Amino acid sequence: MSPVKEQIVAENIFTEHLDNGMTIVAESMDWLESVAFSLLVPAGCSRDAHHLAGLANFSCEMVQRGCGSRDSRQFIEDLDNLGVERSANVSTVHTSFGGAMVADKIYEALAIYCDLIRRPHLPEDQFEDGRLVCLQEIQSAEDDLPQKVMQEVRRRQYGEPFGRPAHGRLDCVQAINGSDVQAFVTENYQPQDCILSVAGKIDWPRLREHIQSLWGDWQPVPLAAIQEQTPLYGYRHFNHDSTQTHLGISYSSVPYPDDDYYQARGAVGVLSDGMSSRLFTEVRENRGLCYTVFASCHSLRNRGCVVCYSGTTTDRAQETLDVMVAELKRLADGIEVGELRRLKARIKSALIMQQESSASRSSSIAADWYFLQRVQTLDEISQKIDVLSCESINEYLRKNPPGDFTVVTLGEQPLEMPVGVSTENAR
Amino acid sequence: MEFRQKTLDNGLEIIAECNPNAYSVGIAFFVKTGSRDETDQFSGVSHFLEHMVFKGTPQRTAADVNRELDEIGSHSNAYTSEEQTVYYGAVLPEYQDRAVDLLSDILRPSLRADDFEVEKKVILEEIAKYENQPPFGANEKCMAAHFRGHSLARNVLGSIESVGALTPEQMMAYFQQRYSSRNIVLVATGNVDFDRLVTEASRRCGHWEPFEAPRDTSRPASQSVLEIVHKESSAQEYVVQLADGPAAEDTDRHAARILATVLGDDTGSRMFWNLIDTGLAEYAAVGAYEFQGTGVFMSFLGCAPERTQENLQRIHDLELELESNGVTGAELVQAKNKICSHLVLQGERASNRMFSVGSDWIQRGRYRTLTEVREAYEAVEVDEIEAVLAKYPLTVNTTVAVGPCGDLTRPT
Repeated sequence: MSPVKEQIVAENIFTEHLDNGMTIVAESMDWLESVAFSLLVPAGCSRDAHHLAGLANFSCEMVQRGCGSRDSRQFIEDLDNLGVERSANVSTVHTSFGGAMVADKIYEALAIYCDLIRRPHLPEDQFEDGRLVCLQEIQSAEDDLPQKVMQEVRRRQYGEPFGRPAHGRLDCVQAINGSDVQAFVTENYQPQDCILSVAGKIDWPRLREHIQSLWGDWQPVPLAAIQEQTPLYGYRHFNHDSTQTHLGISYSSVPYPDDDYYQARGAVGVLSDGMSSRLFTEVRENRGLCYTVFASCHSLRNRGCVVCYSGTTTDRAQETLDVMVAELKRLADGIEVGELRRLKARIKSALIMQQESSASRSSSIAADWYFLQRVQTLDEISQKIDVLSCESINEYLRKNPPGDFTVVTLGEQPLEMPVGVSTENAR
Repeated sequence: MEFRQKTLDNGLEIIAECNPNAYSVGIAFFVKTGSRDETDQFSGVSHFLEHMVFKGTPQRTAADVNRELDEIGSHSNAYTSEEQTVYYGAVLPEYQDRAVDLLSDILRPSLRADDFEVEKKVILEEIAKYENQPPFGANEKCMAAHFRGHSLARNVLGSIESVGALTPEQMMAYFQQRYSSRNIVLVATGNVDFDRLVTEASRRCGHWEPFEAPRDTSRPASQSVLEIVHKESSAQEYVVQLADGPAAEDTDRHAARILATVLGDDTGSRMFWNLIDTGLAEYAAVGAYEFQGTGVFMSFLGCAPERTQENLQRIHDLELELESNGVTGAELVQAKNKICSHLVLQGERASNRMFSVGSDWIQRGRYRTLTEVREAYEAVEVDEIEAVLAKYPLTVNTTVAVGPCGDLTRPT
């Protein structure tokens, strides 16, 4: 068994570092009947070689086709019989697996997921089936126009490889072979920077021992450095035969670990949290321009942005864009006391209600560890919200006025860009 | 956990599942009205009214309503279905009174003409949104074809024409036919102070007028047709199938839901192994849904256009196999494990319980604990599923396909 360093952050929060670089974070919520886990493996799509875009996603598909002593059918049947509600996602930085279940099933479930990331079969005879699954994902994303617009916004805002969509490109996925997947898994499914979070009705001493026995002897391999390219920004229009135009806007903001993050989050909350928020009021309620409009913060470890979306019929798209951009710019003039008071009430009630969901806490504490290398208690976050003031947010907005917007539209015709849209690489 | 219940003098029912250990309170008004209570001329009025309810009352402007909902930190919304219009909010217990005050006030809306015209544009955008996203209205088209001539055929959102022609006066007339105190149930779950809830509701809703709001719940004669809607700009083909199933009041609905899980759950089901694991389809699943007087098995398929015909045949073969041989004991156990685990996970949030408790009450007039619901699934035997398959053959269905395929035939 590997020596470990244990740390107790709060009475009900536990963290532990295995010598191989893997971190365990856990939160005891003994009023629940459930337990949820999140397993973040540093195998995100930013690690795909350019000519193999989609490899992380393909690998994620293949590792779920049998592992350890289970073939692909047994793997699914056992998890189903344990009642594990599960997810598997590839983001820029991680491939993550999640599961929620009745509390006493966690031990067996973790043992299966340990096999999944340490001993996947990657069966050759299912390789073409796996490829078809990945190709279908790309094809169906073509029909999801809001998603398509927002993917292009991310691509232009963050550049390669951090702005790329996880599912990759058709030609690349066609070109991936079995040894590519094998190599990707060997190089990236490893303990260094791996995070396992567990939240819910847990018995920490027993859980800790169980996790140590599963992952303690896992050996790390060095992770390769990632090459970055300069983002494109600017405006891009895609022609599409549709009665609606979809528009996405982004601008740079501070990332989650930044001291000013909650100032930025507060400002975006005034824009988009709740039914009295500015975008909902001005775009939908006062003008009836759309059904959906929102803005939200997106963060990587070392950079962040705000992304906004709306979809509207073609002849009203220009007005929708103009009103959205005007509202983004108006933020720099400051927010008001009532707006902040409402935002605080909403965020606080959401924080308290997180305690009704082990899955929600499990993913939050895993994200905290990734971004901050520590777990924030709900009280700590609550205090950060308490100290927000109009003055502090307005000071932040004066220094960081929304601007240099990246814009993507998809519909029958391109739009006139309002002042403030970045003109770099407008292609 | 304690169940409490009270009926006001005007017939408004108040029910609550009180859990003093919960962190929040879920509060909802379930109005027993939806698209099946409309006429074709006023198709979409229930859903449009649901939007207009947030547009203010004699005491509050639309902006007041939105502001106050945010002030109490509520996570509020509303939805309209064929049979229900539900207004709900999840709040911290300290805001229970204010939430009841707000939600009950907005249930007597002003329907002001200027708000009506702005909101009509939002509804038309909502209709356009669903027409432009997968499955491009295939589900509504399938309901329309399957229940042709019956009120369940009507689209919840209505059409651009029917919504476009609606007036505030017509909406008010509909409101006055359906929003009777006897047709509304106030549902609360979580950390509820029931006595206060009754006091507040009496004060706010005690004057609501009671009147009859009848609904025809006889079982409709369903169709079995194939419709193909050609949509060249779509990359994938989207198919929806509807077969008859048990109604909300039928006890075999639990067996039907287990059957749907065995055939078409999104993991570990027969369709999963046949179509998803093999990469032949991007999406293939089945769900069982109940209405008063009837029910459906609704299947979805999303796949590459060139594989659609072959995939439809595969689904047909899976259905035939089930109709001949039923489900295995192992499949039954696996489906029960999934459903029961899901119930526990869902039940942990007060707001989720609010929907389950409310639906049980308005569909069947009874309250069931989470344990009772679980036991109903646990009790299902293999032969009960065979009985469902015999009574509601899955192969007799209505199919609607939307996408680039111009030509599809019924599988044999």
